[in-house]
Amino acid sequence: MTQYRPGDRVDFLVIGAGAAGGVMAKELAAAGFRVVVLEQGPHLRERDFRHDELGNLFRNALTNDPRRQPTTFRKLDSEKAEERPAVVYGRMVGGGTAHFTANYWRFHEIDFVERSRWGSIAGTGFEDWPIRYDELEPYYTKAEEELGVSGLAGASPFDPPRSKPYPLPPLPVKSSGVIFERAARKLGLHPFPAPLAILSQPYRGRSACLHCGFCEGFGCEVRAKSSTLATVIPAAEQTGKCEIRAGCYVRKIEIDRAGRAAGAIYFDERKREVLQRAKAVVVCCNGSETPRLLLMSKSNLFPNGLANSSGLVGKYLMFDSGSLCGATFEHPLNDFKSVVVSRLLHDFYDADPKRGFYGGGGIDARFDMTPIFFADFGLPPDGPRWGAEYKKLLRESFTRSMYVLSHSTTLPVESNSISLDPELKDAWGLPAMRVTFKSHGDDVKTMQFLLERQMEILDAAGARRKWAYPVEDITQGVHLLGTCRMGANPKRSVVDPWHRTHDVRNLFLVDGSSFVTSGRNQPTCTIQALAYRAADHLIQAAKRGEI
Amino acid sequence: MTRREILRQSALQAGAIWAMLGQTHSHENAAAPSGGLRFFTPEQAAEVEAVAAQIIPADESGGAREAGVVRFIDLNLAAYEKDKQAAYTEGLKMLAAKCGGRFSDLPPAKQIEVLRSMERKPSVEVVFRADPQSDFFELVRRHTILGFFSHPQYGGNRDRIGWKLIGFEDAGVYQPPFGYYDGPGRSEP
Repeated sequence: MTQYRPGDRVDFLVIGAGAAGGVMAKELAAAGFRVVVLEQGPHLRERDFRHDELGNLFRNALTNDPRRQPTTFRKLDSEKAEERPAVVYGRMVGGGTAHFTANYWRFHEIDFVERSRWGSIAGTGFEDWPIRYDELEPYYTKAEEELGVSGLAGASPFDPPRSKPYPLPPLPVKSSGVIFERAARKLGLHPFPAPLAILSQPYRGRSACLHCGFCEGFGCEVRAKSSTLATVIPAAEQTGKCEIRAGCYVRKIEIDRAGRAAGAIYFDERKREVLQRAKAVVVCCNGSETPRLLLMSKSNLFPNGLANSSGLVGKYLMFDSGSLCGATFEHPLNDFKSVVVSRLLHDFYDADPKRGFYGGGGIDARFDMTPIFFADFGLPPDGPRWGAEYKKLLRESFTRSMYVLSHSTTLPVESNSISLDPELKDAWGLPAMRVTFKSHGDDVKTMQFLLERQMEILDAAGARRKWAYPVEDITQGVHLLGTCRMGANPKRSVVDPWHRTHDVRNLFLVDGSSFVTSGRNQPTCTIQALAYRAADHLIQAAKRGEI
Repeated sequence: MTRREILRQSALQAGAIWAMLGQTHSHENAAAPSGGLRFFTPEQAAEVEAVAAQIIPADESGGAREAGVVRFIDLNLAAYEKDKQAAYTEGLKMLAAKCGGRFSDLPPAKQIEVLRSMERKPSVEVVFRADPQSDFFELVRRHTILGFFSHPQYGGNRDRIGWKLIGFEDAGVYQPPFGYYDGPGRSEP
């Protein structure tokens, strides 16, 4: 394996080895550049993955550990933030793509131009993207082909145009999918096979899905899930140009006297500080850690945080909105087997002025209740919680349950933000992440609207029993978006349309932080398409000496 | 088709069978930890076990007691959630005071009554007040669920009693149809 010394001034330093960082590493290294990738989490291998719900979901085997990296949370700027786990992200080589459900939705054309179509929304930074779907389409296609995505082109009448079909056919429909499809059709809706970054057939030397049922929250031990760990990261290493350096927690991006990025200082696994030098720095830490790192990288030249002349670093945080309902049926579904989602619909994707508020989303049929979660959360909330009746309900319901979840818009509100907590420190002595977030009123109305549609579907499905989980303000984020937004105007955005920071010529931010609007909160496909596009332009610019 | 055939078909082609075998191997070898109590005294363990046995009681199948939930909780407090040790020590004292003796000595109906009185009630008060009794009940309930349904390697879920109760199995490989509606019921209108 290629190894560089910290003193080597490599061409590119990529910080974060997740959805975007993995793609950047592979593309830059394959173009012949010398690349170091710093990842704060471990470099796990498939043999390290366990079907262990307690370890994965309750002891943070694959995700950030709030005991070592605490966060604080408040709803409004005027409140004092209290210590509470407020964000969840993949903390390992592969990032969130290792443990994600693998929903892989492209944005629709409307997602890029909603401000023009809808108009302004008071109290928000609702804006068009500086790019259009057409510009991103070739990179969506590239992401699907390079990584391996299963789906059925043209199955949804709401799908945006695509230049090629999915490289793999859809995964088998599950009982939840059959029930959902039948009911949705009765209502005149348009269910379709969920596009998933999971292999339905062997592809490029990787195994097809074995339907073991451990997707959401778990790593795939047969490499059927198209994580960056299973795909582009080994490919980056095979170029002989790229070093993936795990266990490296970056605390500051170094700036030289000319105001250019010179590298980054990180804590290695023994908490020693190391400076890795580089000609350019690409930050791919996710929509919460990227702004935190910029804010921690204060200097005389950048007293408000790096690349923050707009004052917008950390602002316009968008969490994943959505609402959930569940149902039980007469016969066993055994939906704990196989992938989480097999059917989906986009009939309510677009916003509709007739509803009286902005927002829209997709609705899927799913089962993601591993046994502990099921016992605590999977039964109707008004039923017994312990005792003989509770046990009876557990026994009857697990194999007969399914859930319907919506994934909906989150408006960009300026006071929703990532900032540095003024008091609390993490286990390395760095300022803890402070999260300020309150759902916009229209987001809540959208969740409520979709929940009613979800309940109608379960009604049409002939559920024996159905129940809704109450719609509430979102207080924890997994899809972390919008905190270093993209735009042409340096006063109103942090990065330009090619992910270059307006303030520092050789500093690039490529991840969910670039999002201008939330889409319908299935961001991974777009994060990776943006990364392919950013890499393409970065390579061209580097070859022209324009970095 | 047998599991082995499926493995050969999809995993071996991609050279990934080592991963599957490694997974199976590690799981089957992951024995529950043995040995005595690490945190509780025998008296405390008996009390916690009695509470857990009301949260998930035995009926035609075993409950929290038979699943070894108290062993899970003991290990969890000794090795992982050390910050919850005091909540148990104090909670058990409170329980003893409430029962005027040992909870485990009470008849079952009385035990249920005691736990009901500890549960958090929907409150009409606007201001939420900390309630040590319901906090303790919620803590033991949560740990009982964790111990009953987590992998047996953590000391509970003995003989996969929790997984068998609900019909969950970690077989590693499945093939469609998975359930009734994508199988025999698929052609129904």
